[in-house]
Amino acid sequence: MGDYIYKHQGTGRDLQKDMLGDWFDRLSAAPAKGEPVAYLFISGNIAELLTQFGFHLVYPEVTALQCGIKKTAGQYILKAEELGYSSDVCGYVKNDIGLLHSGNASPMGTLPPPSLLVCNYSGCRTYVKWFEALAEFYKAPLVMLDVPYKREDMLDPGDVQYVVGQLHELVELCERMTGKKFDMDRFRSDLTETALAEDYWVKILNSSRLVPSPFDAYFEAVFFMAPLYVLRGHPDCLKYYKAAWGEIEERIEHGIGPVAEERFRVVVEGPPPWPHFRSFWEMFKKWGVVAVASTYSKVGGLYDQGVRHDPARPFESMAEYCIDCYTNWNLGLRRDLMRRYCEDFHADGMVIHSVKSCRSFSVGQADTREVFSKEYHIPTLFLESDLADPRYFSAAQLRNRIDAFFEGLEHRKLVGAPHAGVTP
Amino acid sequence: MIVAGVDVGSTATKAVLLNENHEIIGRALINTGANVVRAAQRVFSEATKQAGLEEHEVAQVVGTGYGRYKVTFGHAQVTEISCHARGASFLFPKTRIILDIGGQDTKAIRISGSGEVEDFCMNDKCAAGTGRFLDAAALTMGIPLDEIGPLSLQYKQVLKVTNVCTVFVESEILAHLARGRAAADILRGVHLAIATRSVALMRRVGLDPEITFTGGVSRNIGIQSTLEERLSMKLNVNADSQYMGAIGAALFALDRCVAGATGVAGAGQG
Repeated sequence: MGDYIYKHQGTGRDLQKDMLGDWFDRLSAAPAKGEPVAYLFISGNIAELLTQFGFHLVYPEVTALQCGIKKTAGQYILKAEELGYSSDVCGYVKNDIGLLHSGNASPMGTLPPPSLLVCNYSGCRTYVKWFEALAEFYKAPLVMLDVPYKREDMLDPGDVQYVVGQLHELVELCERMTGKKFDMDRFRSDLTETALAEDYWVKILNSSRLVPSPFDAYFEAVFFMAPLYVLRGHPDCLKYYKAAWGEIEERIEHGIGPVAEERFRVVVEGPPPWPHFRSFWEMFKKWGVVAVASTYSKVGGLYDQGVRHDPARPFESMAEYCIDCYTNWNLGLRRDLMRRYCEDFHADGMVIHSVKSCRSFSVGQADTREVFSKEYHIPTLFLESDLADPRYFSAAQLRNRIDAFFEGLEHRKLVGAPHAGVTP
Repeated sequence: MIVAGVDVGSTATKAVLLNENHEIIGRALINTGANVVRAAQRVFSEATKQAGLEEHEVAQVVGTGYGRYKVTFGHAQVTEISCHARGASFLFPKTRIILDIGGQDTKAIRISGSGEVEDFCMNDKCAAGTGRFLDAAALTMGIPLDEIGPLSLQYKQVLKVTNVCTVFVESEILAHLARGRAAADILRGVHLAIATRSVALMRRVGLDPEITFTGGVSRNIGIQSTLEERLSMKLNVNADSQYMGAIGAALFALDRCVAGATGVAGAGQG
């Protein structure tokens, strides 16, 4: 990059920091203003349906990951275990329950109690129990959306209509709760903005097809994806992605990438270990590794696979988005996606980070490893720790596996083995 | 030209000196203990003494094992996975699978015909079915560790030991002892439990002959016997199998000398 001064460095990050700070300010102020608050999950969420009724949105998963990255998750998880939650229960759930019983003061700000709980993602049974527990603790009404699994390549039209029907029921409930009439024009206009933000996000994700890649589609993507996860239905969302795409365009133009010298390209499956995020990333950085695609960055929407909110078909496209989320896919679909990523993004190998307390993600990953390694002949590294519980992170063991994997890949490169994607 | 490989394991630290003809001219093994840096220095010093050399006469040192970054005098670090693969394919060129059972972990490594690591699997974050498990069994039975392997071969019937947990195996052994069962029968069960677990690990990378058995536990004849029974094939075991990581590290050191490398290796190996 020579003497070029990277104008955008950190601008996206700073902008996002301000936007998320504003979001938490709005949340903290909501109870005093008497404004309603809804809690919901990230995957297949229905943000734009709720924001138009004036609901402020809380995503307990995001709170849990923020506690993880700010290193406060451990104390909340222990608190939940004191209350009787088993050591095997999802780290996110225990983090949230422990936080709730510790005054709800998250690292970002104090969380308001919910006026409404919307369990919009039912693919994970533990999540259903999570919101049932919150309904009990908060004595708040709970709406359970029953979202069918995606079982085939194409969506089942009956499944879509089934979810559409539930969305209409939810609208009626919101009208009764808030006294506001549903505004179709506002809904369409919000979805127009969302779809534009999704377009920008897909451009950013696809930039890592370039060799070398200007963008890390896992370690950076987990931050870049945040506004589309928590700010849909707010003007900040589109504003952020315009700025973020500007940053990536500049990186492309001037050959700037996430590591000084890209030596290995990998596809990553599974959520990161939030309490040790930086040290985990460093273990890869030292080998010049860039993640060129990841599945975790798609849990909020498989936009790169054509999923899109559509103002012309507002309820239908919202229902399709609810069903067509990554962890709602069957294992075969997930595996095919990972294989396509390896091929299309010219990856040297796959990295699976298996999360001990998340069955929704980790079930089948050992088989996936075996299929990739033995049938597809794509070198695959299997790692295990946890997304929230710091106790499951063993740095020496992880480093050993990572070093050994890249020593092997380095040797493959020396002897001239082709990219994973073109290996028969 | 003399080079060295220093393998700092969880239980034992090993060093091997090689000359340019790939001959082992010195070796040493000590307990790792609490001071890992000192263990690496001591074992290196002992190996050079054994070879009748001064430490400065060693041109390149490669560190391996969990404590590889504690080999402060090393020129490069390579994981024990790569080193065991390198050492095993050097001593047994037809090796396709390496089973390395050390003090705290077990690894199954698949290598190509040219000795490159193709795949590997390790036990999870628990010492079940590793050298520590045998330590615990020997301690519970009051029999020296070196004797449990040979004694297990004298079994009349195999007693089932279902547990591979290093903590819970104790109560299972005590229950057998309380019923007056023979030590050899219990020990055959203990060894079989490790063998069964190790075979399952090897299956995950694919079970292709030849299989070379390395690491400290490869010295235990009881494990070798139960593995061979489970696999219905002979394993490659060498008197130096416990030094396999250090041998591999020394071979990498020799490569570096040939390539004219100086100083500490690049990011990947630093």
